[in-house]
Amino acid sequence: MQGHSHYVPKTGIGKWFDARLPLPRLVYDSFIAYPVPKNLNYFWTFGGILSVMLVAQIITGVVLAMHYTAHVDLAFNSIEKIMRDVNYGWMIRYLHANGASMFFVAVYVHMLRGLYYGSYKAPREILWILGVIIYLLMMATAFMGYVLPWGQMSLWGAVVITNLFSAIPVVGPTIVEFLWGGYSVDNPTLNRFFSLHYLLPFMIAGVVALHVWALHVTGQNNPTGVEVKDIKKDTVPFTPYATIKDAFGIICFFILFAWFAFFQPNYLGHAVNYVPGDPLVTPAHIVPEWYFLPFYAILRAITFDINLIVFVIPSKLGGVLAMFAAIAVLAFLPWLDTSKVKSTAYRPLHKQFFWAFVVVCVMLGWLGSKPAEYPYTVLSLIFTGLYFAYFLLVLPLLGLFETPKALPASIADAVLEQERKKGGAPVTAGANAAPQTKG
Amino acid sequence: MKRFSLVLAAAGLIGLSAAMPAAKAAEQLNPPRYGWSFAGMFGMYDRAQLQRGFQVYKEVCASCHSVSLLSFRNLSQPGGPEIPAAQVAQIAADWQHKVREIGDDGQPAERAPRASDRIPGPFANIKAAEAANGGKAPPDLTLMPKARSYERGFPWFIIDMFTLYQEHGADYVKAFLTGYEQGHETPPGTHYNKYFPGNFVGMPNMLQPDQVTYSDGTPQTVQQYAADVTAFLMWAAEPHMEQRKRIGFQVLLFLLVFAGLTYFTKKKVWKDVHA
Ligand code: HEC
Ligand code: HEM
Repeated sequence: MQGHSHYVPKTGIGKWFDARLPLPRLVYDSFIAYPVPKNLNYFWTFGGILSVMLVAQIITGVVLAMHYTAHVDLAFNSIEKIMRDVNYGWMIRYLHANGASMFFVAVYVHMLRGLYYGSYKAPREILWILGVIIYLLMMATAFMGYVLPWGQMSLWGAVVITNLFSAIPVVGPTIVEFLWGGYSVDNPTLNRFFSLHYLLPFMIAGVVALHVWALHVTGQNNPTGVEVKDIKKDTVPFTPYATIKDAFGIICFFILFAWFAFFQPNYLGHAVNYVPGDPLVTPAHIVPEWYFLPFYAILRAITFDINLIVFVIPSKLGGVLAMFAAIAVLAFLPWLDTSKVKSTAYRPLHKQFFWAFVVVCVMLGWLGSKPAEYPYTVLSLIFTGLYFAYFLLVLPLLGLFETPKALPASIADAVLEQERKKGGAPVTAGANAAPQTKG
Repeated sequence: MKRFSLVLAAAGLIGLSAAMPAAKAAEQLNPPRYGWSFAGMFGMYDRAQLQRGFQVYKEVCASCHSVSLLSFRNLSQPGGPEIPAAQVAQIAADWQHKVREIGDDGQPAERAPRASDRIPGPFANIKAAEAANGGKAPPDLTLMPKARSYERGFPWFIIDMFTLYQEHGADYVKAFLTGYEQGHETPPGTHYNKYFPGNFVGMPNMLQPDQVTYSDGTPQTVQQYAADVTAFLMWAAEPHMEQRKRIGFQVLLFLLVFAGLTYFTKKKVWKDVHA
């Protein structure tokens, strides 16, 4: 959608700069003139929300790191010092901890938006896969960040998750020792996690830059899933249209963020993480943060060895494979979905399966918070099956059997049609582009 | 409709989940809710209550439990019990435990604490704490109301997000302090408490009526002592809560106005787009 640049430097310095490093041109083309479909709804503001949240996490995180001590004997109390004695330290810390949760709220909405409107389909496969990579990096970052305060859940969460890698045949135990920097989760583990927790957000920022680059090459999808045909009729320039709309979306999201960070800052956390980590006392329930719960349920759903005749997958490895497959399958989505129609608004059957999938994810989340015992393990297995069925059965087959609704001829047509249905002011200037009525 | 049947199935399962904790309730009771002054969006600490709570801590709990993250000076800080600084200096000087340090001669030494010191606890180390309490060290109490909780179950945990109920820990501590019962068989060295997970707790019932003499005429009941000391511990765990809520309110107000202005600007900018 980039087209050719219309940037004209106005001043002498501007011309001089443009001939040497066209950075202002890049900004102008990407954030001012860049054409966005005019029918985007508020689900398209979540990319902007995510970018702002990443910056907010990095700023609060850098300030926390100035006061934090990465040592098993000191980490817990250094966090408490931030909470008590550092000026506004409680605010920085609560913004960072709740910011991580809000980050995941935003990323889940962003991903479901992509799923609903088929934003992963050609020509946006790379854009989508870059998103999956960001998601993976975010999970690694959040996991390692949660270990830093060295409370009971920090410590035992780290024990459970690092132990997963021991299920890998042959090299597993070596990988685990490498992660630990020794023979158990201890001071070297905390130190490397802190180092990586500081590093990964900047890697995320790098992948985000690629993500936005890919976006600006293909242009945005939109609620009709019909590609832009006529830049003049179908799109509006990013500034002021998308800028002001994104700003409104971001401010509304901040209201939600403030509601948690200032009025219930510990709601999304675990009380037991206010008990200092103790390698000799195992907490009654080891549960990850809410945003990992569906994957935790999938991990624990495989309670039996899988006999493949030639070899046997032990249950632990089976769980680990299932969990990683649950994330990896997302990367193959562009090729698993066989439908030619992008937007679910025109796919009546997929609409039902989509919402069923959302329910399956919520149920997996609930199961992830329950102890690993009957009946939860059985239910986890059923819902894990449904999760994979959506990607591996429903999406490939639905494209072949579903009869989609008629698509609008263009974005401009769809917008006019909607205006007319609303019964608003009679269509005037745009009337020349008379909407085609379709079955 | 397929979707409907699925939603129904989901609703059934959620119902099941609501029933599960009920079945478990037999072994562990959920604490009752108490009307804390610091609950809710505008809830603040009750200074007099924090002062009484500190008195209970000092006269009853401090012989076993430390509050190691608190300094004496915190007691006069805004948003807390706000005991005058001169009085705090006296409290520190008279404190029942001494600051343990290494003296100029290189030998372990003790001195009376100052207002700037962390409040010294009863035991020199965890081994001493265990030895004096039948093998179970009394935990540090500074973060206690934030470090305990109980499961609310569906749908309460969702409703709590909107009603801002977050005093689970305080409710538990108060219930725990008043939850002792006589006449149960207990393993040696333990006591029966109906709110403690597993019921057999190493700590004996410590609160009796009229045990602590209040100077402000507040009823000297076990319930009152428990509420007061719990409120004090809640402040110890979250000393900047008042500032947090005050700033949070300003932030929300600002964001709401800003959102309104942005919304109308957006409407104006977009007005001509669809024509
Ligand atoms: C005689 C010593 C002693 C006194 C005095 C005492 N406690 Fe304890 N307390 C203990 C011991 C020992 C434990 C650990 C019990 C266990 O884990 O079985 C404990 C545990 C606790 C717990 C943690 C319960 C849990 O859920 O793990 C709280 C809260 C508590 N005490 C509060 C208080 C308060 C408040 C006071 C003052 C009113 C007080 N204690 C006075 C010895 C004492
Ligand atoms: C992608 C962005 C990030 C995410 C999702 C994230 C997530 C988290 C999480 C979940 C915690 C645990 C919070 C708690 O329970 O206290 C945490 C803590 C921490 N993070 Fe981050 N973080 C991010 C970026 C950063 C950055 C860029 C830095 C520093 C440069 C940083 C520094 C810290 C520090 C020092 C802590 C420990 C303090 C604490 O526990 O509050 N984080 N992070």
